[in-house]
Amino acid sequence: MATSHIIVVGAGVTGLSAAWWLAKSGVAVTVIDKGVVGWEASSRNGGGASHYHSPLFAEEQRLWPLLDDMLGYPTEYRRGRVIVALTPAQLAHYHYMAAMFTAQGFRADHIDSAQAIELAPLVNPASLGGIRLHFGGHANPQRTVQAYAWATQDLGGRILQHTPALRLVAHGDRVTGVETARGPIEADAVVVAAGPQTAGLLASVGITLPLSHARAEMIVTEPAPLMPMGGVDGNGLYGRQTLRGNLAYGGGPHEWLDVAADGPATRPTSPLSRNLARRVAELLPAAASLRVLRSWAGVVETTPDGRPVIDTVHGNVTVAVMSGVGFGLSPATGHAVRDLVLDGHCSFADLGKLRLDRFAGLADDWRAARGWTAAA
Amino acid sequence: MIRDVHALDGKFAPPERHVEVLVIGAGPAGTEAAIVAALGGAEVMLIDENPVAPDLMRADVPLYFGGRMTGAVDRPDRMIETLLAANPALAEAFDAGIEVLLGTTAWGLYVPQPGLAALPGSVVGLADAERSWLVGFDRCIVAAGARDLALGFPGWEHPGVMGAQGFHALVEHYGAFDGRRMLIVGSGELAVATARLAEKHGIDVAAMIEVRDGQSIARVEGGLHGVERVVLRTPAGERVIECDTVCLAVGAVPAIELLAAAGARLTVDPARGGHVPVCAADGATSLPGVFAVGDCAGVAGPPDTLDHRAEWSAALTADPATIVCLCEEVTRADLTGVQPPAYLGVRSTAMAARSLCSLLADGPPDQDQIKRLTRAGMGLCQGRRCREQVALILAAEAGLAAAEAPFTGYRAPVRPLPLAVLADWAETAEMSAGWDVWFGIPDQWIPYADIGTDREAAHRAALGGNMHL
Repeated sequence: MATSHIIVVGAGVTGLSAAWWLAKSGVAVTVIDKGVVGWEASSRNGGGASHYHSPLFAEEQRLWPLLDDMLGYPTEYRRGRVIVALTPAQLAHYHYMAAMFTAQGFRADHIDSAQAIELAPLVNPASLGGIRLHFGGHANPQRTVQAYAWATQDLGGRILQHTPALRLVAHGDRVTGVETARGPIEADAVVVAAGPQTAGLLASVGITLPLSHARAEMIVTEPAPLMPMGGVDGNGLYGRQTLRGNLAYGGGPHEWLDVAADGPATRPTSPLSRNLARRVAELLPAAASLRVLRSWAGVVETTPDGRPVIDTVHGNVTVAVMSGVGFGLSPATGHAVRDLVLDGHCSFADLGKLRLDRFAGLADDWRAARGWTAAA
Repeated sequence: MIRDVHALDGKFAPPERHVEVLVIGAGPAGTEAAIVAALGGAEVMLIDENPVAPDLMRADVPLYFGGRMTGAVDRPDRMIETLLAANPALAEAFDAGIEVLLGTTAWGLYVPQPGLAALPGSVVGLADAERSWLVGFDRCIVAAGARDLALGFPGWEHPGVMGAQGFHALVEHYGAFDGRRMLIVGSGELAVATARLAEKHGIDVAAMIEVRDGQSIARVEGGLHGVERVVLRTPAGERVIECDTVCLAVGAVPAIELLAAAGARLTVDPARGGHVPVCAADGATSLPGVFAVGDCAGVAGPPDTLDHRAEWSAALTADPATIVCLCEEVTRADLTGVQPPAYLGVRSTAMAARSLCSLLADGPPDQDQIKRLTRAGMGLCQGRRCREQVALILAAEAGLAAAEAPFTGYRAPVRPLPLAVLADWAETAEMSAGWDVWFGIPDQWIPYADIGTDREAAHRAALGGNMHL
């Protein structure tokens, strides 16, 4: 496909990775965003990169260790993860998952309590052990987003912050550009990776993308001594120890939101911080005296089956909404979007089950039917 | 109506207590408000975080104590006696039937609003040394006072560099100040009041300095016990002052953290100390039922207060190697270079070529973005000792006026609280039963290859939507 200028709507981790891959292929690319790079969920997540279930995962795993050198900027990526059980039910669940990982060709070992403590000395000595993943990992969300952004610029890509996209502009069955709050921008192809704003933008060209939105919360403590393994999950939590030593943990209930077309207005946290603190103190009792410094929340877009939509949906419009797994998969998602835009198909994975048309028969009231609506 | 069992609504227990009026801060404004409310017939709870736990004082929370506390702060009973003696109005509050909780901090304020509907009403998160709990209210009066404007300069990491509010608390409320001779930075009302206070308590004031008179600090030199001398920069050249304390009295900052974290509307008012809550005449903030009184609603000062701070900041951090964030050891050069922390060991030419200038080409400076990249403001003191100066440095680099300096949000808990104290050890059965690592969507974590096969149902049954990753 002959392409001269591509607009990526959304300077989150997915849009920026796509922009970087496109720029790497010599394409002129402009990323537009309503605010600052990575301001929404891309910089407000747990930094996890262990999404075994995705068709993009093998490519993600190949790319993450190379990423700092490829981009030229640090991401703080670290490989591996342990999942620690405090109850027999948790242990059985984790063992089931280990079998599932192994069946996919990703190595996961059963470990006992002593092995868990060896990898992560803060872990509860009364734990039942759990599983050790020899794949997956974690990175620093803000640093990674910024790395993609800077690397894109280094390749000649443009990033326009504070430039909200208002609608896609179509002529016939082609989109010719994007109307922004700072005027129209023409394009030969458009990538929409705008998280919660994606559905509204697609609606402007008559495409229905079913999304619901919810807020998820995390807490972070002061630094603890660095553990050999920074990725420590379990007891209902996902999280990581940063390379500074801070423990950042999330999990638990989300709050469904009504998000306006121009995105989330606020991202408050709730007293859920207390329930998170309890579970971290149970998982890592040696850290129970560490002080919590902050909480934060991010707004996550979710499709009806919780799986991403990565698809070319309108001739020259490619969409990537990640349904909560955008950060970890981002190195591979950008590659896939680049392939879809330039070649019409993904060169390294089958993405057929992530097409938008799987929702064609969805009832209009699907959110209410699932209870995925904002509380009164 | 169908409800998602993994959603937050219905998960929180009702608050442990509910009071008609909750007053946060037992300083003059808070105590007076509490007494007025109680005399009007309301049920009133008045909380105050003093005496602050010694380990928090050592972390310069909530005030900039600069390590100049005596061992008296390790004796809570004595601290409470001293506090009560220093604030006779508290006795009046007791007499008025007010429930007074000392040593109790308010770390979170949560008010139902669009996007936060799952709360059990309007609540404040309280904590003492042992545990945290929620208290509901009809009206909450925030009287959190002011905190110190901290400004960094070469050598400010030495114990004995402190703030005027911290000094005031140590001499007036705690009787626990451990210094004998101080240099006062600033010459305005706060600096003069600080000098009077020092005189009252028999502490020598070696000098007061003013940037607008061409005076600044070249460096502080110290030893085993902290500050030993200050090398001043003056129009007549360098001058050495022997002292054990450097008291920053350039200004005070309204303590808006609780209100800001709760989502109250803020405005910048240079004549009231910078960012302040937008308040009606009766103190009503934009949050229903929440009022702000006293210094947290604004600290009166000259209209050029913020410009004056910017002049001080520029003079004190003239050397790019000056540390601006003590917790995370970020220098002014690290900050304006937008460089990652040293512990990452990054050696990339692309990274080295980046700076605030290259970031500013993308848009105005954003302190939240820059703090996550440089870590300035991310440490144990929760940015108390650097947030204003970092904002002023970023504004100066971007060519912005001090009043347009970037603002970084506050987040609960607005005091550093141990995990075991913050923890909800008595959560509801609904919270425990509905807890999932992620959203609990049945199909989300099925391996891609298994989607549409007979293995899908088995996985769905086994995982129950729960990923634990």
